[in-house]
Amino acid sequence: MTQETDIQEEVEETKHSNSVQFLSFTLGEEEYGVDILSVQEIRSWEPVSRIPNVPSYEKGVVNLRGAIVPIIDLRERFNLQHSEYTNLTVVVVLQTILQGRSRTMGVVVDSVSDVNNVDAQLIQSAPDFGTKVSTEFISGLALVDERMLILLDVKKLLKLDGVDDAAKDDNDDES
Amino acid sequence: MSIDMAQFHQVFFEESFEGLDIMESGLLNLDMGDVDSEVINTIFRAAHSIKGGSGTFGFSAVSDYTHVMETLLDEMRDGRRQVTQSAVDVLLGSVDCLREMLSAIQDENDIDEVGVAEHKKALEVELNGGQANSKTVAAEAADPVINEVSTTTGTNANGWKISFCPHADLLKTGNDPVRMFRELSELGDLEVIVDLQGVPQLFDLAPEECHLSWTLILKGDVQREEIDDIFDWVEDECDLSIQALNSGEEPLNTLQSEPSSVVDQAIPAASLAIENPVNSESKKDIPAVAKPAKAEEKKAKAAASTSIRVDTGKIDTLINMVGELVITQSMLSLVGEHFSPDKIDQLKNGLVQLERHTRELQESVMNIRMLPISFVFSRFPRLVHDLSSKLDKKIELKLVGEHTEVDKTVVELISDPLVHLVRNSLDHGIEMPADRIAAGKPEMGTITLEAYHRGGNIVIEVKDDGKGLNKDFLRNKAIEKGLLDPDAVLTDKQCYELIFMAGFSTAEKVTDVSGRGVGMDVVRRNIQSLGGNIEITSNLGFGSTISINLPLTLAILDGQSIAVGKETFIVPLGSIIESIKISDKMVNRVAGKGETFRLRDEYLPIIRIHDIFNVASAKATKLSEGLLVVVDGQGVRCGLFVDDLLGQQQVVIKSLEANYRRVEGVSSATILGDGSVALILDIPGLVRLSNQ
Repeated sequence: MTQETDIQEEVEETKHSNSVQFLSFTLGEEEYGVDILSVQEIRSWEPVSRIPNVPSYEKGVVNLRGAIVPIIDLRERFNLQHSEYTNLTVVVVLQTILQGRSRTMGVVVDSVSDVNNVDAQLIQSAPDFGTKVSTEFISGLALVDERMLILLDVKKLLKLDGVDDAAKDDNDDES
Repeated sequence: MSIDMAQFHQVFFEESFEGLDIMESGLLNLDMGDVDSEVINTIFRAAHSIKGGSGTFGFSAVSDYTHVMETLLDEMRDGRRQVTQSAVDVLLGSVDCLREMLSAIQDENDIDEVGVAEHKKALEVELNGGQANSKTVAAEAADPVINEVSTTTGTNANGWKISFCPHADLLKTGNDPVRMFRELSELGDLEVIVDLQGVPQLFDLAPEECHLSWTLILKGDVQREEIDDIFDWVEDECDLSIQALNSGEEPLNTLQSEPSSVVDQAIPAASLAIENPVNSESKKDIPAVAKPAKAEEKKAKAAASTSIRVDTGKIDTLINMVGELVITQSMLSLVGEHFSPDKIDQLKNGLVQLERHTRELQESVMNIRMLPISFVFSRFPRLVHDLSSKLDKKIELKLVGEHTEVDKTVVELISDPLVHLVRNSLDHGIEMPADRIAAGKPEMGTITLEAYHRGGNIVIEVKDDGKGLNKDFLRNKAIEKGLLDPDAVLTDKQCYELIFMAGFSTAEKVTDVSGRGVGMDVVRRNIQSLGGNIEITSNLGFGSTISINLPLTLAILDGQSIAVGKETFIVPLGSIIESIKISDKMVNRVAGKGETFRLRDEYLPIIRIHDIFNVASAKATKLSEGLLVVVDGQGVRCGLFVDDLLGQQQVVIKSLEANYRRVEGVSSATILGDGSVALILDIPGLVRLSNQ
């Protein structure tokens, strides 16, 4: 009985308050979140085909049911210490619409932890660290159960450096 | 209940454009003397369904316009009206106008009201009997191409359109176009549109040569003589055409001008001229000439959603095939459910069947993408009709093998190069009627467009019975232009290939049909980017044949897998010349770094794949340990140094750019039998990469 009311409450909550669901995952000690609507699937790590002459965080490409999908190492992307890939290493496949077409990309993270409801009004903007810490991918910070969740902007994450200049214009429109 | 009509718009547009194509080809087939009522019926039906459709969707401008056309056609159908050339011309013009209107609606742009109204007037004039003079006006309006020939020396024109194409050595004679333009601007309101088409790459640019050409629009009450005076000094060093500025020519100007330049569309209200519709046909037909930005925009938009019409027969085959596949699958799962060693034969049989069905399925799916080449060919009768009357040549166009099927992508990409080749044949190949009679040939020239299959390729030939290519002339021209070493020894084939060099034009006169020397190199590049090649054979005095050889489909490629360390790459089989093992002795170093080797009197650079792709696991680092794959990529030969050759296989091309980005040296990717991804090498890209 109590369980049922709990669920009901939760449903109510999602309906009325402007809450957004985030998938949270960890990179070392830090906890990050991405909008759950942009998550296509979660896979275990499998070897990739390397792409020559690209930044080291672009690990390579894999065959995802016939589509060629790039895999990005988020630790390296955020200049965190690289860790060995194990059976527990997870790839979160993200999908978003960029420049009018759908793009899919996998990001390597340490582990996936939870799905959190975050009230949109309680999301803080990322503090300015000056040039010390790059905050370009961070869309905001949220407090979940006394832990800080760093929310990532999937669109910016999926836009790789030098992909094309059209992407820049697109970005301007959005911001 | 309200239905969202917008969902049917796309279908309506497709059907309407198809209808317009039918009308166009019907009109071109109309024989003045002996009119086939069935042809008129076909045209009428097409017009009628466009009218009906546009009425349903509320495009009243289109339905009103079509209504006038329909009335005219109806009278022709009932025999109440004679089918005259001028009527056909007006109708042809209307087809263009309708096409323009429809694509404007499709792209959610505004319809060019003025143009449409003028055009409609021409139609109504034709409908109301048409006095002699109004007929000619109408005819002019209908055919912008013919229109250009008309030049008046009258003084009542409200301006002049001057197209000024200086020869390359204009500057050497001390003439300065800028000074001339300044003088012109003193006469009236001058607008200058520069055409940058002729400008070569920076590397090839000779600073003392003039590669620009201009279109000048001079508005105001100016005497022709005043303009002539200004150009007096340069008359012999340029191609000059001065035309009275009827607003009718205005849209044509827009067509030929730089995309970025803004053309003032203001038409003096006083002029009673008729504005031409921007002829969508001719827009497509001028690949060498820059299109207005708007047109490009349209194209981009149109590319966003494409659909394809498939023969129901093909779909039926596909469904049969899937049925077979399902049966095989259930048979296999039955075998698997209670498997015992004695069923191994059954299993093997099932797998053989599965393989066959998969292959057949693959073939029939590929087949769906195949369209008959007539999709491309069908536009040429109009093109030849318009151009031959413009050039005063008599030309018959023969289409052979229209039903040959090619991949949809090929159909889309081959059309511009083909238009270019046909224009070239028309302009340079076929002689003027008088010259033909003098050479003992029939007055009527023939251009043949032929398509057929040969091996796994499709061959498209553009054949003309014109004057053919003059080898010595080509050679001299190339030497004169500094493109060729005077001492060079060339085979016949190499001579003909000169015309593919950038900046090479043999036309004595640059016309707006062809002759600017851009184009053939672009044609070749386009065809090579489709994985094909282009060849010329010619017989002086008897004509030339240009044959284009294209792969049937762009989705599958014959590849050679190569191993470098733990990685596998695919080299397109077509670009491999041979694979050899070399010893250190055969290798020479240039400047201590660049490695070359000698292959039958030719020094070829060596590209070490493990080096440029940073493959750490490469086994062979000494040249004697690995293999050298000699490849040819768009004319550049080199040797790729790899560990080993693995095997030949057909690979399905997958785009890297769909989710990722372009990678230098790699054209695309594929999925190997074990599910892993292998990169397909792009030979010209590799050469560029290794040069960096």
